[in-house]
Amino acid sequence: MNFSEILHVAWEGITANKIRSLLTMLGIIIGVAAVIVMIAISAGTEATIAEQINSLGANLIIVTPKRGTPGASRTLLYDDAEAIAEEVHGITGVASEQTTTTLIVKSTDTALEMTATGTTADFPEVRDVPVGDGRFFTQQELDRTAKVAVLGYGIAIDLFGDADSSGADPIGQTVTIGATKFTVVGVMAEKGLVADVDYDGRIYIPITVVFQKFLPSQMAADRVRTIYAQAESQETMESAILQIESLLARRHDVELDSPDFVVQTQQDIISAQEATTAAFRSLLAWVAGVSLIVGGIGIMNIMLVSVTERTREIGIRQSVGATPNDIRWQFLTEALMLSLVGGLIGVVAGVGGSWIFGASGDMRTVIVPTSIVLAFGSAAIVGVFFGYFPANKAAQLDPIDALRHE
Amino acid sequence: MNQQPIIQTADLRKIYGMGDIAVAALDGVSVRIDPGEFVSIMGPSGSGKSTLMNILGCLDRPTEGQYILAGEDVSNLDKEQLAAIRNRKLGFIFQSYNLLSRTTALKNVMLPLLYDQDNHRSNEEREEMARAALASVGLADRVNHQPNELSGGQKQRVAIARALINNPALLLADEPTGNLDSKSSYEIMDLLHDLHDRGNTIVMVTHEPDIAKHTQRVICVRDGQVESDGRDGANNCAQPGAGD
Repeated sequence: MNFSEILHVAWEGITANKIRSLLTMLGIIIGVAAVIVMIAISAGTEATIAEQINSLGANLIIVTPKRGTPGASRTLLYDDAEAIAEEVHGITGVASEQTTTTLIVKSTDTALEMTATGTTADFPEVRDVPVGDGRFFTQQELDRTAKVAVLGYGIAIDLFGDADSSGADPIGQTVTIGATKFTVVGVMAEKGLVADVDYDGRIYIPITVVFQKFLPSQMAADRVRTIYAQAESQETMESAILQIESLLARRHDVELDSPDFVVQTQQDIISAQEATTAAFRSLLAWVAGVSLIVGGIGIMNIMLVSVTERTREIGIRQSVGATPNDIRWQFLTEALMLSLVGGLIGVVAGVGGSWIFGASGDMRTVIVPTSIVLAFGSAAIVGVFFGYFPANKAAQLDPIDALRHE
Repeated sequence: MNQQPIIQTADLRKIYGMGDIAVAALDGVSVRIDPGEFVSIMGPSGSGKSTLMNILGCLDRPTEGQYILAGEDVSNLDKEQLAAIRNRKLGFIFQSYNLLSRTTALKNVMLPLLYDQDNHRSNEEREEMARAALASVGLADRVNHQPNELSGGQKQRVAIARALINNPALLLADEPTGNLDSKSSYEIMDLLHDLHDRGNTIVMVTHEPDIAKHTQRVICVRDGQVESDGRDGANNCAQPGAGD
């Protein structure tokens, strides 16, 4: 038999039982579609995370104390940030950040329990978190520990009502943070939740005020949690990182290869995030892979039934000259065709499903071309693997027994 | 004068089982059938005639002995080779027709051509041959009918057309009229006579003496051996009891 005849006979075998063939393919269809959709969802999630992290300032270098180093909690100081700003070439701005303990924040008629974020004047530019109304505090205010506050978009609404409708304009109003009164000078633009931080739910005050008023006395009075430095461009990043590392090592009197601080870029953070989603993604891929195997078992099951049902047909074909090889190819092709047609429908369903998920929900999906190749290829392998046993069983039937079969 | 026989067997044995429980279904059968003969094989149930038929039809292999089919020793061929021999040299006609259901008469008749490894014909060629074969058995107007739309006699004609399509050296008919009423049986026997007259060599297994009477030569098998081999209508078979 030549190839087109084998295909033709296999196609006739499949179409002889349309419903059954469709149900058999369903396992493969679901498996293939699941692989594509799940990879599209996790790729979409990763793309969103990467974009969000990148949106928190371009060419950002992030310095944090190294966890687990003895005394590390006191290693990164406000002076370090100032030294970076003065001595490192190729950076355009430095912002440092320190958070208060949980405090009561009050306006005239609302009280919230929250922390306040102490930072420096370059913060909006370095972190790409622009001010919506009013202004951010200045270096002068920082130097003279002025009691001024800038509210996150959401906090402004919580404390003073929605300014667009009936609420009062928060700028110029007073908020009480702990026991200290602050004058509101600005409200940040809406930013939302980025990498698990709700930027709209923050209150920014000069970091010097945090040092003065809000840190427990047993800690170094000017320690900071994070220093952000913005490089001039992608090209100056590497040199800036090296300068910061050697500067801090010198200032902290530690060796460069065992520092008590960590210097990261957004790319490092994205990679770290991806490492956590990668585990999730491989779990999804395994679940989808299992459903492909279940689909393959379905094909094997139906092919075994089919071989038994069609024993007489096999005998007839053998009596007119079909060789064991002819019979093997006929049934293997049928199994392969079931899995490939199922795979094709699965690809269409997977791509369509990913698109619908992306278009309708708030879930973002990115269709990964290799996932289509992977899913379709797996379906083909499943077809050959699970089709071979029934096909071989058919090929080995004895013509006399097969002809006698009722 | 000394033409090559179609069938030449020497001391064929077929033994089932092993050791003490071994049973010889065939116990030394030597027959020679020449081109153009029309031969019946008769015998009661369990006589070994089916086993003989299966071996002559290359569906089975003898345990011992030699079988030369149209000049080719087929005693020790493997499954693939036997399939090719069935395809090229043999045409089967079965009691239960053995047509593919849900498949037209035309496609049923074309089936052996699909498995012909020596000649790769186009689909048009195959259809042409199948139409001619169906016409030769008087079914030119039933080409596109499926087996369930045909009478028993018509089904057997389709099967005969299928058996003829590869122009085989030997036609093997296993109780070809066993499932037919007497009128259809008569027509099928007429057709077989026709084919014989056209030069085909036919070997037919039957247990009906009336049907065996149609042939020139009757070979009688009993207990795995040839009991009698009578020519020119002579039938020395001990009649089996009714209800074979």
